[in-house]
Amino acid sequence: MNIPASDPKSVTGKPLTIDANVDVLVVGAGPAGLEAAIGAAARGFGVLLVDENPVPFKTMGDEVPLHFGQGMAASARNRNAMMEAFVASEPRIAEAFEAGIDVRLGTACWGLYANGPALGWMPGLVAGLADEERSFLIQARHVILACGRRDMGLGFPGWEKPGVTGATAALALATRYGALGPRKLVVLGSSTEALSTALALREAGASIAAVVEQAAEIVGDAALLASLREGGTEILTRHVVREAAGRDGVEAALLARLDEAGKPSAEERSLACDGIVLAVGTTPVIDLLDAAGGKVAFQPERGGYAPVLDANQRTNIANVHAVGDCAGIWAAKTRDRAIAEAEAACAVAALDAEAITVTASQPPAPEYDISAYRLAWVRASVVEARAEFHVCQCEEVTAREILEVRPPRYLDWQNERRNDRSLAALLGDGPPNPDQVKRLTRAGMGPCQGRRCREQVAALLALGAAQPLSAIPLAGYRAPTRPMPLSMTLSVPEAPEQAEHWDTWFGMHAQWRPFWEVPERYTVAGNDATGPVASE
Amino acid sequence: MMNEIKGASVVIVGGGVTGLSAGWWLARDGVDVLVLEKGLIGWEASGRNGGGCSHHHSPLFAEEQRLWPILDDMLGYPTEFRGERIRLASSEHQMALYGRALRNAERQGFQSEVLDVRQAKEMVPLAGDTIVGGYHYKFGGHANPHRTLQGYAWAMQDHGGRLLQHTTVTGFRSEGGRVTAVETDRGVIGCDSLVLAAGPQTGRLSALLGQEVPVQSARCEMIVTEPLPLMPLGGVDGCGLYGRQTLRGNLAYGGGPHEWLALAEQGTPAKPTTPLMLHMGKRLAELLPKAAHARIIRSWAGVIENTPDGRPVIDRLDSQANVVVATLSSVGFGLSPASGHAIRDLVVDGECGFADISSFKLSRFAALEPNWRELQGWQVTAAAEVLAA
Repeated sequence: MNIPASDPKSVTGKPLTIDANVDVLVVGAGPAGLEAAIGAAARGFGVLLVDENPVPFKTMGDEVPLHFGQGMAASARNRNAMMEAFVASEPRIAEAFEAGIDVRLGTACWGLYANGPALGWMPGLVAGLADEERSFLIQARHVILACGRRDMGLGFPGWEKPGVTGATAALALATRYGALGPRKLVVLGSSTEALSTALALREAGASIAAVVEQAAEIVGDAALLASLREGGTEILTRHVVREAAGRDGVEAALLARLDEAGKPSAEERSLACDGIVLAVGTTPVIDLLDAAGGKVAFQPERGGYAPVLDANQRTNIANVHAVGDCAGIWAAKTRDRAIAEAEAACAVAALDAEAITVTASQPPAPEYDISAYRLAWVRASVVEARAEFHVCQCEEVTAREILEVRPPRYLDWQNERRNDRSLAALLGDGPPNPDQVKRLTRAGMGPCQGRRCREQVAALLALGAAQPLSAIPLAGYRAPTRPMPLSMTLSVPEAPEQAEHWDTWFGMHAQWRPFWEVPERYTVAGNDATGPVASE
Repeated sequence: MMNEIKGASVVIVGGGVTGLSAGWWLARDGVDVLVLEKGLIGWEASGRNGGGCSHHHSPLFAEEQRLWPILDDMLGYPTEFRGERIRLASSEHQMALYGRALRNAERQGFQSEVLDVRQAKEMVPLAGDTIVGGYHYKFGGHANPHRTLQGYAWAMQDHGGRLLQHTTVTGFRSEGGRVTAVETDRGVIGCDSLVLAAGPQTGRLSALLGQEVPVQSARCEMIVTEPLPLMPLGGVDGCGLYGRQTLRGNLAYGGGPHEWLALAEQGTPAKPTTPLMLHMGKRLAELLPKAAHARIIRSWAGVIENTPDGRPVIDRLDSQANVVVATLSSVGFGLSPASGHAIRDLVVDGECGFADISSFKLSRFAALEPNWRELQGWQVTAAAEVLAA
């Protein structure tokens, strides 16, 4: 039988340029990633362990991968010192090197690709990596994601000022690099996570002027609170930040008491500080998994949107595991790295194994209602703000513009003569979707890739729709999950057969035939269309 | 809401640009119209394209060109339309290839200019020494797909048209050779006329009506960079890429190989991207070398259907007299103001009153080989079972 050739303009038969094949790729060299890498190597697997940290100073300035908020001390510019500090602050990195593992620091994973119902072109699991010089692709039989956590952003007037940083970012700067600029901090949030962060920051030499909590009561561990109080930290419940004051950076936090209705009252005070730490929520870093089509779901006991996992830390994508914070964040796990390490051990035991005896521990019921808690923060701080500010800093979109689904200001659109098309109008057509609102307002579409505003926008939509956070779909992540200069793409060569057949569109002659030349009948055998095919 | 909707005069299946534009054209004529969408409007290819509005090979071209400059006013919502395009050539071969646009358009009364290297660089500040020349098409342009989509939907609703999202069509009821109702997962909706504009699903749904529109789905990809200073004219193509600089300044570009797909029966298909992003990025850096420092911040994919010859079908079915089927065969966004108008004409007047769309007739496939997909090499490699449960 004569088998017809495949469409030369399709991906069929166009190989990718793969830099290396490995048994196991581990993304992230924190406690879970290190345990996974070391454990997999001990089982005889060839392991590549990558971690994007320490990222260059300029990248930190771009809020990648965390909300550093320009809180870096000048010493963070010294790349060698940062690298040394990063290695020194985690003894198991040296252990991984000694175990013969290919450890690459300063190497980010920006994409994960797996075949599925709408993709059959990949030779297997493929990951896109980049160091400072180049991008490259590697193929892995197994991928263990240990990508860690990220902070929920929380806006207020002045939150774009240098010195307003995410808790995870501040903690990394202070405890891993000794490079946190601000010395006197106000911490927002009082969960056990937030209080532990405050204590660790204090331990690292910062002074914690106050812990600010919008709720009537502290939500976290009382012993941690007592320890902070003993150290002279003020505990201000039913308070929010009205403004981060200061000229070139944070010089004071203007605080207001919330009234009975939860609205900021006129009772205000200024508290001198040079840093405001956002610790109202942390969320698992699921960007690679979500962009690859992996299943995620809002799981309050895991800190928000988190991978859907089986008892062996398997995601729904074959041979892709998630371990550590990116698999779910809860207080006990934060306190005791053994829990994350046990997840990693569990994933390693499941590699190429049929019968598995080890299972990881499951999160306890959440200590508080994280949906209600985060919504309350956004209501008090963002919705009730006394002045408009940019919730999406990259694209300069305010909360009002998000809720009113306003076209971006650069369009200068005045002509809404027919209807008020606000979120309420969209709600009439179905539950709110942050991706839809993003496309109309541009909130979350900037170079920080929504790392600072994603959770806030979701909260605003939830408040607007009077729904819990779990009802708001996740604004989708896309590769590259780290911004990549166009020039960096040159380092991955293209297959010659792909270059030869590259076309702007489908490369079908008949498609572009001018209508006055189209024959009355079309059959494959009778198709005589030739000539230019590029869509013009 | 569903309880209140028993039927509409015209039910349109598919809330993409084609269906929504048709809905808007019908609603502004006072027709009682209802658009059904399985997910969110514009969630498939309609919201994932390059935003180009310059289709000189199409019988709808003249109407496309007439409507875009006035569409913001007609809709009452912004589309971000900007007129005219530039195509840069990095070789004499490309220069010759791109000349066809000029000739096609000239025949229909639209002008272009040939640019030498100096002129091309002046008009495209991000271009570099890689180009040998280009064309300045004094027609066409580009718009923002998301905003246009929403504009159609809102404008349709302003005129009394209705939209039902998250509603999947499961079948049809017909009587005496006419469709009388649409069965959905949320109830049965009666209709006097039906328009099928369901993108990749058009094939499967038309088969249910006894006359299949032959289509095959494929996945295509695009990339977008961070914003850059605005060039005088945003619609700049070349180097094997199509796309635009958005009014915000981002470079949004696509091109390159596609992957043929078997479409799942229902639901929203997954739209994964691939490392093709890199090869689009490389070409974009070649097309606009002064943008090489710009960072890619997203990529995305869309699933889109093609007919065997890649050309649209806008026609009435023989099997059911009151059904109009419409697929724009992977080139639908730019033509949407005109395709909606044509669909309105077919539904209301029985024929298109402003253009000869006989080349969109379904009858051209009457002698099509049953194994046309295989014969054209449109093989599917993705297997649904790859994803573990």
